[in-house]
Amino acid sequence: MANPVKDPLTGAETTGHVWDETLQEFNNPLPRWWLWTFYGTIIFAIVYWIMYPAWPMFGSYTKGIGNNITYKTDAGEEKSTHWNMRALLAHDMQNGEEAIKQQEYLAKVGAASYEQIAQDPDMSSFVRSYGVGMFGDNCAACHQSGGQGVVGQYPNLVDDDWLWGGDTASIETTIRGGRLGYMPAYKSTLNEDQLNQVANYVLSLSGEVADAAAAAEGQKIFQGEAGGCYMCHTKEGTGMHAQGSANLTDKIWTIANLPAAEAPEAKLAAVKAVINNGVQRKMPVFGAEGRNLSDTEIKVLAAYLQQMSGGAQAAQ
Amino acid sequence: MFKHESIETNSGMLIVLTLVAISIGGLVEIVPLHYINETVEDVKDPATGFEVVRPYTPLEQRGRDLYIREGCYTCHSQMIRPFRDEDLRYGHYSLAAESKYDHPFQWGSKRTGPDLARVGGKYSNEWQVQHLTAPRSVVPESIMPNYPWLQATTLDTSDLQGRMIALKRVGVPYSQTKVEYEANVARFGEEVAKTLDINQAENNLMAQAQAGNYDGNPSNVSEMDALVAYLQVLGTMVDFKQFDEDHFIQFR
Repeated sequence: MANPVKDPLTGAETTGHVWDETLQEFNNPLPRWWLWTFYGTIIFAIVYWIMYPAWPMFGSYTKGIGNNITYKTDAGEEKSTHWNMRALLAHDMQNGEEAIKQQEYLAKVGAASYEQIAQDPDMSSFVRSYGVGMFGDNCAACHQSGGQGVVGQYPNLVDDDWLWGGDTASIETTIRGGRLGYMPAYKSTLNEDQLNQVANYVLSLSGEVADAAAAAEGQKIFQGEAGGCYMCHTKEGTGMHAQGSANLTDKIWTIANLPAAEAPEAKLAAVKAVINNGVQRKMPVFGAEGRNLSDTEIKVLAAYLQQMSGGAQAAQ
Repeated sequence: MFKHESIETNSGMLIVLTLVAISIGGLVEIVPLHYINETVEDVKDPATGFEVVRPYTPLEQRGRDLYIREGCYTCHSQMIRPFRDEDLRYGHYSLAAESKYDHPFQWGSKRTGPDLARVGGKYSNEWQVQHLTAPRSVVPESIMPNYPWLQATTLDTSDLQGRMIALKRVGVPYSQTKVEYEANVARFGEEVAKTLDINQAENNLMAQAQAGNYDGNPSNVSEMDALVAYLQVLGTMVDFKQFDEDHFIQFR
């Protein structure tokens, strides 16, 4: 670099690299705007080092000065600390504009009755917008995003049939504590004929095509000690909310996939399979022992479910 | 005057100086973390004084191996960042302590699927089995692949102890000797210490699979058992109700 090569035409310094006889690489100085921006970033970095946690030291690190964050501990004590993401999050949750708005609404909903929520357009729309996120995150994986469930596995939440009760108190209990849906398998208790008879009887309860003679025999098993079905499903077959046992007299099927079966034989087979294998379903706990949703969040979900399933009337 | 050409035209010097510049990044940003006490939070049960974050049980650890084998980490992260939206969606932000026994950690960098750091207990075992076997049967809009072989394949436990010894060498406190076992009893409590005993690994794995019956088939310990056991423990070790939020802020 002692004798820089110059381009004879322009007088500009070149690197000395030449291609195709005349194509040269000029060694022009960096553009001024670029150079000053570069120096600017260096100055920015130094300011950043001073203000924010940056350099590791022995056993600790520089904590930054001039931008402390104030937050409240759970115990209610006000604290101030050097800038860090965790304190910033606590601060945002306690003081952020959106967070405060959300908390005000949550407090309002938490204190209101379900009737008040349903009648207040403000609270209703809050429940709708907050509930859709909560439902999507906590419920939709099983009950599907529309709440329609999966026949055979997860109950439909948008019809007016409720296994464990559709009043808001029952829905709250279900969400908070989870549920264990259990029906014993009858394959070792009843023989093939008896299974057919009970299945025919169950179909006849909701007006499906069934063999009348077999159904009459099935009724005896259903209502007698041989099957003992009545203990959970009641003598009339209407089910009990306390047991989570299905109402067999309506047209709604939650386990046996009758909607998918067209021929009477297929329907019979579907019902028989359920009696044969029993039912074991589990809804997880969303209260303090499980997912730890707060009482207010559970309330929002219950109110949201009411809206989904067609309003307060349908849920009763 | 010093000119950058003098470095750029001397390749030996350029290599040396590049290495220096890069290693400063590592030496200054990473190495000191190992010497700063606040990096990994101290999370002890206020009632018993035992550490609440424990190494995985043999069954969970095998599940974790499968999680890595199947490449779950390419679409799922395990790192809830301290932002309001993540807090609202996934729950409490991840602590450094929660992945201190992960080798390698599964924080991930890409969320094609949701974050799994707190998926434990969120869904039932049955759901997990159904979803892993055929995701679209429960989540129609899902693009996750099917993993039907998990339930059909018996879990290979032949090298279980070897795997645990390997983890022990990189610092996971599994115990082999009486002294190490006693140290674990003091640290995690007797119940947990028993599950960390390498000599009992096969028995512990079988017992947990039998008691948990994760895949719904008690006659066989399948890969599904292990993976679901692992998923169900994710993010559940720290009970955040026991701690004032301030406790974790003080570590930063």
